[in-house]
Amino acid sequence: MTVSELALKMNLTPLSLPDGDREINGCYAGDLLSWVMGRARADNLWFTIMNNINVLAVASLADVAAVILAEGVMLGDKEIEAAKAKGINVLTSEKSTFTLCYEAGKLVL
Amino acid sequence: MDEALNFHYDVDGENFTSAGNASVQVKRKLRQLGFPPELIKRVSIAMYEGEINMVIHANGGKADVLVTPEVITIVLADEGPGIADVALAMREGYSTAPDNVRSLGFGAGMGLPNMKRYTDSMDIQTKVGVGTTITMTVRVS
Repeated sequence: MTVSELALKMNLTPLSLPDGDREINGCYAGDLLSWVMGRARADNLWFTIMNNINVLAVASLADVAAVILAEGVMLGDKEIEAAKAKGINVLTSEKSTFTLCYEAGKLVL
Repeated sequence: MDEALNFHYDVDGENFTSAGNASVQVKRKLRQLGFPPELIKRVSIAMYEGEINMVIHANGGKADVLVTPEVITIVLADEGPGIADVALAMREGYSTAPDNVRSLGFGAGMGLPNMKRYTDSMDIQTKVGVGTTITMTVRVS
């Protein structure tokens, strides 16, 4: 499934979607950046409530398919511009991390 | 690529939000040079963790990356406080990062363990009050 298809099915709000055709191969959830970098796999969805600029660096380095912000967390304008410039997909939802993982798990895994 | 390529970066200690710039640039250069994605990921994550450490603990430092067809060497040097107990610092979950850094999602005590995990060798030269130099290598297999 691609990031764009998932966004439609899960009603996610895109904040930056430069690569919507990216295929998803699994999921990872976590807010401690080093933990995520060490454990998230390339092409995973990454669920988090962190929204500072370092999230974009970690998303880029870990090569995740998309960052999914839970609990209605938003990116600032500067971060949205940076995400677009770096080609990083970032979407947000009002749902909790658990609910998002549960729903995405049924679709992706 | 007949001879080694050397990339040098100054890591700004004042600006937490720009931490990672050097790693992202190295990632881009390695991609241009045609290295495999998994190797690029290992090098850039190890370097990013080191960069973040220098920003958190040492007010910045210098990063040098030496690229040959056989091995990639990353040298991170700072003039920070040094590491009093390297074995303790290497333990997963141990961190001396302040609360403001933790609120950004760092300070999980995974930096040095991640650097070791993603590289083939890691050497730490450190002296309290003088600074720390970390040399990591990743072999191109």
